[in-house]
Amino acid sequence: MNLQPLFKPKTMAVIGVSSTNDRHPANVIYNKNAHRYPINVFPVNTRGGVFQNEELITSVSALPQKIDLAVIAVRAEYVPDILAECIKAGVGSAAIISGGFAESGNTEIQDRLVAMAKEADFPFIGPNCLGIYAPAAVDTFFIPSERMLLPDPGNVALISQSGGILVDQMLKFSQEGIGLSMAVSIGNKALINELHLLEYLGNDPKAKVLAFYVEGFGKNEGREFVRAAGACPKPVVVLKAGKSPEGRQAVSSHTASMAGDYDVFSAALSQYGVVEAQNEIELASFCEALSCSARFTGCRVGIVTGSGGHGALAVDACTDHGLAVPSLPVPLQQELREQLSPSARVIASVSNPIDLTGSAGDEDFVVTVRRLSKTPEIDCIIVLMLPYLPGTSSDLGARLSQIYRQEGKPLIAYIPHIEKYGMLIEGFELNNIPVSPSIEGAVLMADAMRRCQRC
Amino acid sequence: MLSKEIQTILEDAGKTGWVVEPEAKKLLSLAGLNVPRFTWATGWDQALQFAHAIGYPVAVKVVSPDILHKSDVRGVMVGIDTDEKLSAAFHHFSTLRGFAGMVVEEMVSGVELIIGAKVDYQFGPVILLGIGGTGVEIYKDRCLRMAPLDQKEAETMIKSLKARQLLEGHRGSKPVCVSALTHMLAGFSDLVMQLEDHIESIDLNPVMCSPDTCVIADARIMLHSKHAATAAGREP
Repeated sequence: MNLQPLFKPKTMAVIGVSSTNDRHPANVIYNKNAHRYPINVFPVNTRGGVFQNEELITSVSALPQKIDLAVIAVRAEYVPDILAECIKAGVGSAAIISGGFAESGNTEIQDRLVAMAKEADFPFIGPNCLGIYAPAAVDTFFIPSERMLLPDPGNVALISQSGGILVDQMLKFSQEGIGLSMAVSIGNKALINELHLLEYLGNDPKAKVLAFYVEGFGKNEGREFVRAAGACPKPVVVLKAGKSPEGRQAVSSHTASMAGDYDVFSAALSQYGVVEAQNEIELASFCEALSCSARFTGCRVGIVTGSGGHGALAVDACTDHGLAVPSLPVPLQQELREQLSPSARVIASVSNPIDLTGSAGDEDFVVTVRRLSKTPEIDCIIVLMLPYLPGTSSDLGARLSQIYRQEGKPLIAYIPHIEKYGMLIEGFELNNIPVSPSIEGAVLMADAMRRCQRC
Repeated sequence: MLSKEIQTILEDAGKTGWVVEPEAKKLLSLAGLNVPRFTWATGWDQALQFAHAIGYPVAVKVVSPDILHKSDVRGVMVGIDTDEKLSAAFHHFSTLRGFAGMVVEEMVSGVELIIGAKVDYQFGPVILLGIGGTGVEIYKDRCLRMAPLDQKEAETMIKSLKARQLLEGHRGSKPVCVSALTHMLAGFSDLVMQLEDHIESIDLNPVMCSPDTCVIADARIMLHSKHAATAAGREP
């Protein structure tokens, strides 16, 4: 199957565009692609009618250009005929947005689509999905543009069985400043599933981290997926739904998936070095951390903070995640103390966590992070930034990033995500250093950077 | 390829949906896995004769296609050291539902582990290693891994148990024979790969691990429903 027309379409037909209801999913999809993306888009409705002062095209075969992607948003029972017509007309691929297939018990129609597509080697995504979003390339999500917040283009690819979770993650990504290379909603994944996407994205130079929201796999597909993920040179993150018996039931009526035995699922992921996120917060943290290039082996974290409480919470979180926060050798502690400013020197705690206290200034953070970066006893540094300390400035992000660039020791920052701290946050993020809005999140990032290596 | 003898055992068990202990042990032993010396005695004379041949004490267990959980019906007795006790056990077992004889076997000791397998719908054959015995569900100290396993992966499983200290020697006790355990895990996983289409799950519980060896003290093989003629005899 050639997936290029699906993910990089130059021409698109939107089938099911309504002449009377401009909120119809097909209309939303047509409008956004026609106005905002570099694609030739054609509106189709087999019943005809007038749309935006022009006659709707009534059949796929009547389209004036060869079509790369047909977006199908008509009622389930009409989909087989439309699909057959697409195949006959030489369309390159389809995204079947419509619901009403296996998830509502209509497996027969869905099976017919799969049989047809397999015979013709025709790729389609869905049904019961949102389809594909790729920055500045294509967007088949039937969500009006003004209601979306799109993340910056970046290197994380998101693949989800649930369209809703996918959109929520995109909102989260845009808020956390995590860059997205592509978002794919695969819905019932009747034909194209996680395995195809793993293979495609493994070879996509734009994607560096592959993140999946999975409800369940088909027979033996989990086995194939983890093996392929293990062999993939890019980190793979998975968030699983349907872990509890109640959750399994919910998953089954959502996308007709068998959620399966969660213990086996989780064990198989870790066996092949796939990073499992426990919830959507972890998923975002892991993606941000892994989209930065720093990795480390070992488990020794150095914590630098301006508040003892932050340090203590971070140590607890590290311990929970199997990361150590070892005391620094005494000579090193003495050396460090001597380098601090007079006001911080007398009250700072320099063991690890290193609490520079509220009296610390930019220079105290800089000398401490530089010294830790040169210390072989520490594998990764977490800086807990308190941007409201009077002695520190917004320059600190860029200054600490400079040390990372020189020394290469993995660095993670915690900064409350508030607009007025934006410059500090950007100082890190523009230098490819992950910033978490929570202490726990910063620790999760450290855990992900370590776990993404196969153990 | 499964040997003719193994295939016969599986076919014979099709009627009940699972393989009773002595047949399961025979199958495991055919696959090169270590089981105690035992016999499936259908009559009293045979039981007595075997007990005398291997010497007391012995362990005895009821064989019945209707009884999946033998200890729930006092169907397992260990430390039988006289003819009288052997006779009492035989008579008790013969009153149990579906009685089809008695396993008489040599006593084995060691750290109790469970080695299990199931064919998962999404992930195929999976191997479980855990702290065994009747407390399996209480401790829930176990580790899962997709089969097949090599010796190194088997070692990783052993190391990932919380109670691994019990195996490595704890408070003066000798460490168990880890090489025998990794050998058993790898051999078992090979067998499971061959049985994939036939079985639903296998429980080896307990597997007794001592400083010298590892022995499968009890075993149960649940067949895949397409190979089980009826579900009779299955308990929830």
